[in-house]
Amino acid sequence: MKTQYIILVVIVALGVMGFTASAFVVDETEQVVVTQFNKVVGDPITEPGLKFRIPFIQRPNYFLRNIQEWDGEPGQIPTLDKTYIWVDSFARWRIVDPIAFFETVTDRMLALTRLDDIINPAIRNAVTSNHLIETVRNSNREMTTLEEDIDVGDVEVNMGDEIIDPSAYVIQTGREKLSREILRAAQPKLEKFGIELIDVKIKRVNYVQKVRDSVYARMVAERNQVAEKIRSQGRGEAFRIEGDKEKDLKLIQSEAYRTAQEIKGKADAEATKIFADAFNKDPEYYSFTKSLEVYQMSLDKKSKVVLSTDSELFRYLKNSTEPNG
Amino acid sequence: MNWDWEKLQQKQKQRSAGSGGGPKPPQMDDIVDKFKGFKLPGGWLLLILAGVVLFFGTSMVYTVDVNEVGVVQRFGKYIRTEMPGLNFKLPAGIEKVTKVKTKRVYKEEFGLSSGTSRAARFTANTESIDESLMLTGDLNVGVVPWIVQYRIKDPYQYLFKVRNVTQFLRDMSEASMRLVVGDRSINEVISNREEIADAAKVWLQKELNEAETGIDIDTVELGNTNVPVPVQDSFNKVNQAVQEKEKLIYQAMEEYNRVIPRARGEAEQTIKSAEGYASERVNQAKGDAARFVAQYEEYAKAKDVTRRRLYLEMVKLVFPDLGELYIIDSDQKNVLPLLNLGEKWGVQK
Repeated sequence: MKTQYIILVVIVALGVMGFTASAFVVDETEQVVVTQFNKVVGDPITEPGLKFRIPFIQRPNYFLRNIQEWDGEPGQIPTLDKTYIWVDSFARWRIVDPIAFFETVTDRMLALTRLDDIINPAIRNAVTSNHLIETVRNSNREMTTLEEDIDVGDVEVNMGDEIIDPSAYVIQTGREKLSREILRAAQPKLEKFGIELIDVKIKRVNYVQKVRDSVYARMVAERNQVAEKIRSQGRGEAFRIEGDKEKDLKLIQSEAYRTAQEIKGKADAEATKIFADAFNKDPEYYSFTKSLEVYQMSLDKKSKVVLSTDSELFRYLKNSTEPNG
Repeated sequence: MNWDWEKLQQKQKQRSAGSGGGPKPPQMDDIVDKFKGFKLPGGWLLLILAGVVLFFGTSMVYTVDVNEVGVVQRFGKYIRTEMPGLNFKLPAGIEKVTKVKTKRVYKEEFGLSSGTSRAARFTANTESIDESLMLTGDLNVGVVPWIVQYRIKDPYQYLFKVRNVTQFLRDMSEASMRLVVGDRSINEVISNREEIADAAKVWLQKELNEAETGIDIDTVELGNTNVPVPVQDSFNKVNQAVQEKEKLIYQAMEEYNRVIPRARGEAEQTIKSAEGYASERVNQAKGDAARFVAQYEEYAKAKDVTRRRLYLEMVKLVFPDLGELYIIDSDQKNVLPLLNLGEKWGVQK
């Protein structure tokens, strides 16, 4: 009974040993290449689950099956317009052919170095052969460049040798297309490593310190110019209002004067007509009555009057008889 | 690599059990001795069995919190997703559970805190690239800090599809935000924050979906967007200039309003006064004319006598007040020498 027992234990133990030595687990994120004395055997295992191998002879080599990241070393790259910029990028890749991957690069670290070697120059080429604005912008989306009512006119940005007006420049590539170009350039070179490059993205683009300082200076100058423009517009507007004021004032005053004179003139004319109409009935009588009035007004204490007895008044003084006819 | 550890442990366990049945004589003797000594049939085995049951038993029951789900893998293969509560699984080594907090809102900050490892990597560089420093579409530089809040929507994708999802999210956030900002002017960056956040969210979500990250973006929120510190002053100057412009205009308007309505009043006055003059003039003329006509009509009836009467009435009024009156005979010639016409001056001479 005891020996039976021991035999049972040994069998179970051997069974367990055999199982653990031959079985292995492949995770959802993994794929496995089975090798026999460092030689690849059979198809790679890409399905997760419990798998078996020949113990001791065959060895599973694990590789990631999911999407992995590649982080580019930020570097200075000159653009087509000779502006130096920092470009930081990242990429996503995946092992699609684990056998090729196993045979050529064997592990992740080496793979990343390969990716460095291939993606970095691709990025460099793409950035260098394009204007800065192609890397920065993505589309020709119309931008409102300044405060709604302020028109800055044509601001030209001088970046190195060529002059580019960012608001007028028509984007031919744009960032997304640029990324695709980089991808297209790098992808074929990675195929032999069993790597599929999913995409390359430009994460950060920035001016290098020296350029940045001059860009800041330009921004300041541009703002100052805008500020001055606004201030000047204010002054101009104020002068315009001042002018309006003077114009309106003169207009109002002169119009009033003209109207007043017209009214007065018309009245004078009417008065003249009225007088003329009346006095024309007998001009002699008019001058007679008017003369009498004038005498009455002009003769006073200071007046000396010498009259002859021939006069109408004093003729009776000399001769009271009735004149004969 | 929880799994590996468990696997290892299990292996070791098996090995020790195996070595127990292995070809090492002294140990074998011990065991035999013990079997002899205990005299409890199967007692030893029971003990091991109890231990094994205990070990597997505890690893078969687990709880999932309300804000999470349990993702179960059997031999590494995804099997099912368990909901919150008490759950069962096959023992360790066969099934493995990973708990993913699907209800929790995670947050990633960009350009707000400096504590991230990546920021540290860049500060080591003399020409550091600030996370929040971005080139705008008009080739200016803007400072755009932002926060991304997200949830794990699909735990399966989150766990298995992408390696280092958080890093990927950060990278893609930066790329998306810069893509959006790169297509906008510095003015839009400063004033249209919400629009930019929305656009960035759309981009980011699209990329995350394509990469099967299982992440659902809750919000993308922009912090205080600005221009870099060295340029800020000049931007404020523009605001000041706007104020100044308005001030100048208002001052001019004030002057205008002070003068013009008053001038209008004065003009009105001038016209009214002219109208007054006109009425006066015409009425006077009419009056005078009427008077003349009336007088004339009566005069015409008896011309001679009226003339005389008028003349004499005038004389009657005027003569009493005359200073001096000389009446000279009509026959008398040369009367003038008699008159001391320059009397005053004569005396004084």
